[in-house]
Amino acid sequence: MAEQRSLRAWGDPLFRGLTRTFAVGILLLLGTMFFMLWQESAASIDKFGWHFLTSASWNPVLEDYGALVAITGTLVSTAIALVVAVPISLGIALFLAEIAPKALRTPLGVAIELLAAIPSIVYGMWGLFVLAPLMSDYVQPLLSSTLGFLPFFSGPEMGIGMLTAGLVLALMIVPFIASVTRDVFLMVPTTLKESAYGLGCTTWEVVKDIMIPYGRKGIFGAVFLGLGRALGETMAITFVIGNAHRLSWSLFAPGNSIASTLANEFTEADSELYTSALIELGLLLFVITFVIIGLAQWWMRRMAAPGGH
Amino acid sequence: MKIRWGITTLVAALLLATTAQAGTTITGAGATFPHPVYGKWAHSYHKQSGVKLNYQAIGSGGGVKQIKARTVDFGASDAPLTAPQLKKAGLIQFPMVMGGVVPVIHIKGIATGQLRLDGPTLADIYLGKITRWNDARISSQNPDLTLPDKDISVVHRADGSGTSWIFTNYLSKVSDAWKNGVGNAKSVSWPVGIGGKGNAGVAAFVSKLNGSIGYVEYAYALQNKMNAVRLKNRDGHYVAPTSASFQAAAAGADWAASPSYNVVLTHQPGAESWPITGASFILMHKKQRRPEQALAVLMFFDWAYKNGAQSALQLDYVPMPDSVATLVRATWANQLSSTKGAAIWPGQ
Repeated sequence: MAEQRSLRAWGDPLFRGLTRTFAVGILLLLGTMFFMLWQESAASIDKFGWHFLTSASWNPVLEDYGALVAITGTLVSTAIALVVAVPISLGIALFLAEIAPKALRTPLGVAIELLAAIPSIVYGMWGLFVLAPLMSDYVQPLLSSTLGFLPFFSGPEMGIGMLTAGLVLALMIVPFIASVTRDVFLMVPTTLKESAYGLGCTTWEVVKDIMIPYGRKGIFGAVFLGLGRALGETMAITFVIGNAHRLSWSLFAPGNSIASTLANEFTEADSELYTSALIELGLLLFVITFVIIGLAQWWMRRMAAPGGH
Repeated sequence: MKIRWGITTLVAALLLATTAQAGTTITGAGATFPHPVYGKWAHSYHKQSGVKLNYQAIGSGGGVKQIKARTVDFGASDAPLTAPQLKKAGLIQFPMVMGGVVPVIHIKGIATGQLRLDGPTLADIYLGKITRWNDARISSQNPDLTLPDKDISVVHRADGSGTSWIFTNYLSKVSDAWKNGVGNAKSVSWPVGIGGKGNAGVAAFVSKLNGSIGYVEYAYALQNKMNAVRLKNRDGHYVAPTSASFQAAAAGADWAASPSYNVVLTHQPGAESWPITGASFILMHKKQRRPEQALAVLMFFDWAYKNGAQSALQLDYVPMPDSVATLVRATWANQLSSTKGAAIWPGQ
């Protein structure tokens, strides 16, 4: 009895303290990481200043570095991925939650979740050996013959470049967005849906007017989960983006992303400024991810607030 | 009396060192280019002596970084350091093996070894000045071939690499536009093309893309059965990349003239010389904190100089001639010491 009482006396505060330490530890870790990145990139920040953000030069011989190409590559490949992946994932989620026969739902759902478990390097290899030849032989000629008047779809059709990288990324984030969105749709109360059907709504109308508005917040959450993954993806991108430090309007052209620049060049960067510039790229990726996720959170809060709908 | 004592201590030290050998592991990191031959040497040496080599092929720049940070016993680099760089870092370097870098192409209908290029044309392709395979400057060198009216897809290394260093060193020697516009380094600002990671990445891109040109270390070209180009050498002959043409290029090198072994073998004279040949170097600290470990490393390299030629040739590398090995041993004896100043290599 006495033992139990004493356990009760200090057990709770101990547990509380322990969990608090873990939670604060995360913040501390985040802060330390930011500080270390900042400190290690000091040489590059001192030398290039804000110019680092707007310069498209990346020249290890002259030691002149700029992040514009890598930032653009990261943002463009992520944007392509989202544009392609969001509608497809919504379709998959709706089919699984609403349209598919009961017997199909579980196997299909498991298959999609399995896609999320494939290591990213496998996606990269598939992109290089399967998707890239398909792109150069079929997709890119088709795009350039139909939409070739746009600067985005012109130039040599190599199959390796920004567009292919975006598509591989899209494929990688589809399972994340689709499975979370499916769960969101499954949480829409049956009474709501059934009353809508009772009023004579078609499936399309139920989806459009009940399920999507009801699950809006969850869907955005799923999209941002995919976005977060796409921003930092490294290996798959490195295989297919072309790793060239050049800006181009054409999505067929090779480019570079922050993560793949780091993966390619970090081990070989033997001068102090070179290493420092690479770490500053890492810092930028950190900041970009932080800002985008922060904006997303803020936006979702606002939507959830009364009158936000 | 003193001399005899000295000899006795030396013999005792050597005996101790040899007995301490079995079970020792020596560590190195750096160039990927000589990795296969170092692996083969290490295997044979392990069977004889029990000493293991743990070599991490992380790239030349990585090798330089790691040896400076003293995380490994030796670093390996395909790009020689200059004498001031060595002095600043407190390192010595010596050449271990030589080999060739090979431009490879993939054009449907062109068989291996058929395409002929000279240095300035190769440089202009990599500068983006020549963009199509049926360009007059390429077809004039290849009157017997029908070259397609197709874009040239240029492939280069995305990571910094000793292979790129040797390749850009050659381009700088044959083209002023390259020398002044791009330069010679392990990674450069490539004017055109796509980047592959490692020799394997370049090989993969070239074999996937019809109309592409890349450059890889010779062993990769052979293993992947890639289509190698014949290059025009300094004497004006078109030569194919073979062990013989690498050896021809290596034959003229004057190692004795450069005490820090800063010798580059690209664009060498000789009728049979392959123009993009290079040596791979080992880097070690002059002052060794663990002399017995350093001695184990030196004994391995000494063994490799004496017994490694056959396996190097089998893998299409060029072994260092005995005269160079003798020079290197003298360098070890003169320049390497423990932190207390005791010599590590006993000398001849």
